[in-house]
Amino acid sequence: MLDDFFTRALLAGLGIAVIAGPLGCFVVWRRMAYFGDTMAHSALLGIALALAFEWATLPAVFLIAAVVSLALILLQRRGGLSTDSLLGILSHSTLAIGLVALAFMPWVRVDLLGYLFGDILAVTRADLAAIWGGSAVVGAALFLLWRPLLAGTVNAELASAEGQSPELARAAFMLLLAFVIAIAMKIVGILLITALLIIPAATARRFATSPETMALVAAVVGAMASTGGLYLSLGYDTPSGPSIVVAALMLFLLALLPLPRLARRRTTEEGAP
Amino acid sequence: MTDPMSRPRAQPLIDMRGVGVSRSGRWLVQGVDLVIRPGEIVTLIGPNGSGKTTTAKTAVGILKPDSGRVDRARDLVVGYVPQKLAIDRSLPMRVARMMTLTTKAGAGAVEAALDRVGIAHLARAQVHDLSGGEFQRALLARAMLRRPDLLVLDEPVQGVDFSGEIALYELISELRDSEGCAVLLISHDLHVVMAKTDRVICLNGHVCCEGSPSSVAASPAYRQLFGDRAAEALAVYRHHHDHTHLPGGEISYPARHDHDDGDGYAHGHRHGDGPCSHAHGTTREADAAGRPGDADEADARAVEDHHA
Repeated sequence: MLDDFFTRALLAGLGIAVIAGPLGCFVVWRRMAYFGDTMAHSALLGIALALAFEWATLPAVFLIAAVVSLALILLQRRGGLSTDSLLGILSHSTLAIGLVALAFMPWVRVDLLGYLFGDILAVTRADLAAIWGGSAVVGAALFLLWRPLLAGTVNAELASAEGQSPELARAAFMLLLAFVIAIAMKIVGILLITALLIIPAATARRFATSPETMALVAAVVGAMASTGGLYLSLGYDTPSGPSIVVAALMLFLLALLPLPRLARRRTTEEGAP
Repeated sequence: MTDPMSRPRAQPLIDMRGVGVSRSGRWLVQGVDLVIRPGEIVTLIGPNGSGKTTTAKTAVGILKPDSGRVDRARDLVVGYVPQKLAIDRSLPMRVARMMTLTTKAGAGAVEAALDRVGIAHLARAQVHDLSGGEFQRALLARAMLRRPDLLVLDEPVQGVDFSGEIALYELISELRDSEGCAVLLISHDLHVVMAKTDRVICLNGHVCCEGSPSSVAASPAYRQLFGDRAAEALAVYRHHHDHTHLPGGEISYPARHDHDDGDGYAHGHRHGDGPCSHAHGTTREADAAGRPGDADEADARAVEDHHA
């Protein structure tokens, strides 16, 4: 079964989608979309690092993402510039440094487009193992972190006063995000990863009445988008990564259309004494 | 109302000694002593920026003191109702779900807690759809569900109309009596909390005065801080005082003092139009660094940054 490249692609897409959905919910709730984007862009610098020192890609990407998060925290402490501006600086400069660094290594031949937009059809069995293994680890960590992370998302001070260590949970969440970006890179590419985090979560918001259902629905929506996108790509011979994002957008728009009236009716029924 | 002096001197829940908190080189509060014993209601009052929130946050461990020490009872369970809590609309949450944010509880316990504050019928409503008063009650129920030793309430009546305000204070006092928890209450308005509080600590960057509500209201320090008229009527909606705060960069009001300031640091605060509508003015801004500052504002900013 795994001999077929398309089956491998489907499984890889599912493996990422089921974890990107719940994680993406926190990205939406905590308004960290730009932060996710910055981490993803810094991944190219990680790849350059890996190629220069002949390291494995995944740890190098993870390392750079962690360094960028740390740099952000330090720059935030310094004050003076908004987080938004700091992320803009970090996001694009890490991407640019990555591209420049790759140009300094003419001896390495890299498929730049594959890194930027994903190459899910080239997923190997080893990649698949990394994706599903990583996804399971992140899922377990998220399950354990759920209460402190959610409490800290609602209000960090409340969480802190009531013994939930929100700063620790936040740092752990950033690392999980870096890890998922590192393993998802191959699927949709550096430039489109954030879409896989944000769009399914945003779609799920329409159907959810609790944080937990939103996370589950986001996982399902992500799985549908990834599978649908791959068939779209197969049928119309379109690039696979962008096709997945287009499929996710279509689901988002579909959820947008008939629902506002239904949702309002449901909340008024619930709100009635 | 219970007289704390008649209680046995139990081991304090919170024992703060000479606590100071500084941010970027200026002290938000300095030299604060604060002891909270089981079952007593302690109220922190003071004008905006006097360090009430900073003091409470340091007491429960949200902030670390930069000087002095804070001792907390072992395994102290805190229930915290923050000054500002806005749940992002992207986060779906029913009232019942919010009850178990930091603690596990069965459906029955959740319902009982909501019933206790009179909003059991809202259990399945989304938190975003609640009115200000309903939301404050939900937050109170959430904190009480933890069966706290100490309930911390930071300006719990914000966004609540006047009659709702009195009802809410009644409820807090009832909860204290039935659950036996201590309460640390923050208010800039003594007259409403007066009947319900055991001890008042008047802050303005440092502890100005401390004692029973009536003795604080009668003390010269309180009169100086809140003005004679306020002390008499206990309607504390306009404060006059001669302490110095940070130059906030806000609109400068002329000094409205009729007594002598001595040092030329006159400035006025105005309250009553909402939490953000106060104004500072100071005649020697550069000199104000290193003095007690507007902690509430600084904290609010820090929270916003945190979420970014």
